[in-house]
Amino acid sequence: MARVLAGGTDLIVQMKSGRLEPALVVDVKRIPAMHAITAEGGGYRIGAAVSCAALGEHKGVKSLWPGVVEAAKLIGSTQVQGRATMTGNLCNASPAADSVPALMAANATVRVVGKSGRRDVPVADIQTAPGKTSLAKGELIESIFLPARSPNSGDAYLRFIPRTEMDIAVVGAGVGLTLDSGGTCTAARVALCAVGPRFILVDAAAKALIGTKIDAAALGKAAAAASAACQPIDDKRGTKEFRIKVAGVLTRRAAMKALERARGK
Amino acid sequence: MMDGIHVKTTINGDAVEYVCEPDETLLDVLRDRLGLTGTKEGCGSGDCGACSVTVDGRLICSCLMLGAEAQGHEIATIEGMAEGGKLTTLQQKFLDHAGLQCGICTPGILVAAEALLKKNASPTETEVRYWLAGNLCRCTGYDKIIRAVMDAASDMRRSA
Amino acid sequence: MAQDSKLEARERDFSIVGTRPNRPDGIDKVTGKARFGADMAAPGMLHGLILRSPHAHARIKRIDTSKAEALQGVKAVLTSKDLPDLTGEDAGLKDILINIMARGTALYDGHAVAAVAATSKSVARKALSLIQVDYEVLPHVTDVEEAMKPGAPLVRSDLITQGVEPAPSKPSNIAKRHEFGHGDVSKGFAAADAVIEHNFRTEATHQGYIEPHACLANLGPDGLGEMWVCTQGHYMVRGTCAALLGLDVSKLRVTASEIGGGFGGKTTVFIEPIALALSRMANRPVKVVMSREEVFRASGPTAATSIRVKIGVKKDGKVTGAEAELKYTGGAYPGSGVEYGAMSAFACYDLENVKIVGWDVLSNRPKLAAYRAPSAPMAAFAVESVMTELASKIGMDPIDLRLKNAAKEGTKAPYGPTFNRIGLRETLEAAKNHPHYKAPLTKNQGRGVACGFWFNFGGNTCVSMNLGFDGTVSLAVGTPDIGGSRASMCMMAAEELGIPYDKVRAIVADTSSLGHNDVTDGSRVTFSTGLATINAARDAIKKLCARAAKTWGIPEDAVVWEKGHAKPAGGNAGKFEPLSLQQLAAASPSTGGPIAGHYEVNADGAGVSFATHMADAEVDPETGSMRIIRYTVCQDAGKAIHPSYVEGQFQGGAVQGIGWALNEEYIYGKDGRLQNAGFLDYRIPVASDLPMIDTVIVEVPNPGHPYGVRGVGETSIVPPLAAVANAASAAAGVRLTVLPMSPPRVLKAIEGRAG
Repeated sequence: MARVLAGGTDLIVQMKSGRLEPALVVDVKRIPAMHAITAEGGGYRIGAAVSCAALGEHKGVKSLWPGVVEAAKLIGSTQVQGRATMTGNLCNASPAADSVPALMAANATVRVVGKSGRRDVPVADIQTAPGKTSLAKGELIESIFLPARSPNSGDAYLRFIPRTEMDIAVVGAGVGLTLDSGGTCTAARVALCAVGPRFILVDAAAKALIGTKIDAAALGKAAAAASAACQPIDDKRGTKEFRIKVAGVLTRRAAMKALERARGK
Repeated sequence: MMDGIHVKTTINGDAVEYVCEPDETLLDVLRDRLGLTGTKEGCGSGDCGACSVTVDGRLICSCLMLGAEAQGHEIATIEGMAEGGKLTTLQQKFLDHAGLQCGICTPGILVAAEALLKKNASPTETEVRYWLAGNLCRCTGYDKIIRAVMDAASDMRRSA
Repeated sequence: MAQDSKLEARERDFSIVGTRPNRPDGIDKVTGKARFGADMAAPGMLHGLILRSPHAHARIKRIDTSKAEALQGVKAVLTSKDLPDLTGEDAGLKDILINIMARGTALYDGHAVAAVAATSKSVARKALSLIQVDYEVLPHVTDVEEAMKPGAPLVRSDLITQGVEPAPSKPSNIAKRHEFGHGDVSKGFAAADAVIEHNFRTEATHQGYIEPHACLANLGPDGLGEMWVCTQGHYMVRGTCAALLGLDVSKLRVTASEIGGGFGGKTTVFIEPIALALSRMANRPVKVVMSREEVFRASGPTAATSIRVKIGVKKDGKVTGAEAELKYTGGAYPGSGVEYGAMSAFACYDLENVKIVGWDVLSNRPKLAAYRAPSAPMAAFAVESVMTELASKIGMDPIDLRLKNAAKEGTKAPYGPTFNRIGLRETLEAAKNHPHYKAPLTKNQGRGVACGFWFNFGGNTCVSMNLGFDGTVSLAVGTPDIGGSRASMCMMAAEELGIPYDKVRAIVADTSSLGHNDVTDGSRVTFSTGLATINAARDAIKKLCARAAKTWGIPEDAVVWEKGHAKPAGGNAGKFEPLSLQQLAAASPSTGGPIAGHYEVNADGAGVSFATHMADAEVDPETGSMRIIRYTVCQDAGKAIHPSYVEGQFQGGAVQGIGWALNEEYIYGKDGRLQNAGFLDYRIPVASDLPMIDTVIVEVPNPGHPYGVRGVGETSIVPPLAAVANAASAAAGVRLTVLPMSPPRVLKAIEGRAG
């Protein structure tokens, strides 16, 4: 079994604990292109080896998709962010990965490269189960593409953890919104993590926001839809009951934050 | 047993060569092969920050990096901090403020705090606290550590 | 002596004590030079690793080590068969033997079952994977209440409860019943205007020292051994290892490394005898370093508890009766420490009618070790929660209620003794007068107050002080320095001798260089080693005065010591220029040889200590997230030798208590395995979780110490569980009775709140 080494913040821990014993480790950081953040079609292509810390220092990405950057900057400590990558966060395939709901809310895609060439895939289609991805043998992710943003759009990611830092998300919610000139929501994406075996794109929550001014009633409906979409488990990090409830709370709060950003505040 | 990997790198400004096992971490290389035991292991999983070093100026946990990955990079550890035996302002402030009790977390915290002050000369208390959130200290309750970093930043700004 | 000391402490004009010099080990610790447990290597050194049970309770049917032994690079493989039982009638030692390597039965998840020593870590890891263990999984129990039920799976098949009359005929998991108190509680409750009774639960926590256990051992065929260990007591390591392996104590030389935190968790042995036994088998030095996972699974966490408290008060706040029942489980061995919980529970109060019953319960968890004021924080959590509820029930300020009942000089403590001069009242008044207590609170915020008590300890102590011919002083102590004690010792030595602080250097001597010293525990070092240091200095001063007398040709008792100089005692003694310590030391080869001071004591009079803590908490009512936004510690230190380190002890204890209250816990699965054996999910506070921790050092001198010192290390963790619980309960609008107050628990409590 071969494994791709990007930041190594998951892989090396798994190797040390004996959970993984790869026969071969391929360090993609030796490929210079993997470190690049390049403007493309009004959006950005982010190389698979770009660390979260480097991403956080990129003014362009930060102003275009602040929710994505804030999610990436929640992964582990300052030290971990110095190594960890969003691509690794996605490919580790934990359903609690912080960057993934934010990427889903931003409608990001990934470029997969393999023997048969390259293909672009929505972020949401990569993780299929805890620890499992849809990548075929011999395939790896080369880059993540954050698309151009429509005018009057905003995104945000919020997660719940018991401490203020260093924990794995107990629940996470990413929201992306677009408003028309009158302030009515024309498009919305709501994604959740850590509330099921897979990340959940909650269409019902998005629908509750679209066509509204994102008032309290719409936010309440979106929150209820997010809670309803959860299929969580009880574990050492939280109870089912808690996750369902907090998924709604975070969806509402993330939507309010995304709304402020969409309004240019 | 897999063959060792030959690595040429720079540590605290000195050219260093070593052979390590493919799955050996940079932390193990520093401590076991190079005798640089100032970098500590508290958890081995990136959760305590005691093994903090910088690689090309970027703060990382050396337990989350393979020794083989150091090839061609510049590593800085606690041992390289007091140049010519003279303590840095930050190191001196840790003594003055009693910012350590047992001292096991101290090297990692100093390396991390130095990286912060290079990036941000005037951090707020909140910024210091969040930057250092990955450096666990069990003795001090962080109060005197935060004061030492804030005071060092203030002195360094004055002398800059 | 006691009376004199008291006067001395009050009237003495200190010149060094009370200042804040840098510590002697400071530069090494900020430059990475300081050598901790895992930082040492020896020529020909092997790496040792330990195989651990994945089961909470299992019979070990067979261990096949042949494949591991055959692996190239493996130099020793050890199982319990290689550790014959030499413990005789010593039940405590027997339990240690069983704990360091399972003998026939694995008693908890993480229990050691075999060990290897090999030429590298990777060979040792491979060797562990080649050891085959056949287990027969047995029923297990980890919950204290479940473990006490009739029919619970038995952790030990032959345990008969002690302290119960008549003795039970059947074995159970209950090792012992303890009872303390005086008066008649039923009479007390009958006289009360208000009575409150609650049940509380606390989960086990871990000391969470950042340095995992580590040691380097070398034992040759001649029975001569050396060890380098991170420990709170290297004499304890020597004694225990010698007893378990059948060695002469004097043939084992143990050096204490710098220690990366202990908090009580390094007051016993886990890996040390194994490393030594592996070394004996391999005839090479063996280093064993625990992983963080091993630290959580297989070192010594605290007890998990279930506590019932009932207190009755008059309308004016006078407590008429107080009762508690404490159930503690400290793992698969007797010794949960419940008696210390029982003894300390109501020690803050002057009570006529008080009764505490404690139950020591076994379960399939790792063997408890001490953690900072062991067993007291949980009892204080329960008692101080009820005290605060009573205050609000009778409409009284919570500090006033405590002042009304505060223990004072002459109070008969519920555990027997009568207190002499103590400082509880002073800490309460300091809290009440602190700006924190009057600061306004806003929505979703609450304030909590709690008091705490700890006994403090003295113990066997031996100090040696040697004067160089240049007049500088080396001070050898035998208590590992866990938080700056070498600085305090240098300060007390310099104070007594009358020389500058930087002329004294303190070291922690190895076991062959200095007489026995008990473990660094019980907040005893600044008290006992300090007392011994002062007396060793006095011994040296006596000799210095004798040398001056000899030089001057006058009687020894005609010489006095003042500010670092020998002087004639008065006009009748003759007119001589004072001789400095430096001059006397320089002349010492011609006045009788080197000058040294010694002191050996089993110190008594440690002086109990009290604290009052205040916490402000803010809750997010939609998620149950609780933050501590302000915190103040007021504690009696007797006399603060180095105020920065005293403050550091206050702050450190408070923050460990905050962690215990809010997020730290041992989480066991239904399979009895520990679910969170790492710093990721065993959530100790991080820097961003906390505010600054304000401190007020109260100084009510301890009559038992020449300078008035009381230990300060442990008391600081006793009140915070309750202070945080009182603040959190006020913020959440509902009484929180289960620790930790993790967000799911808090949210559930808020949702279940009446009205």
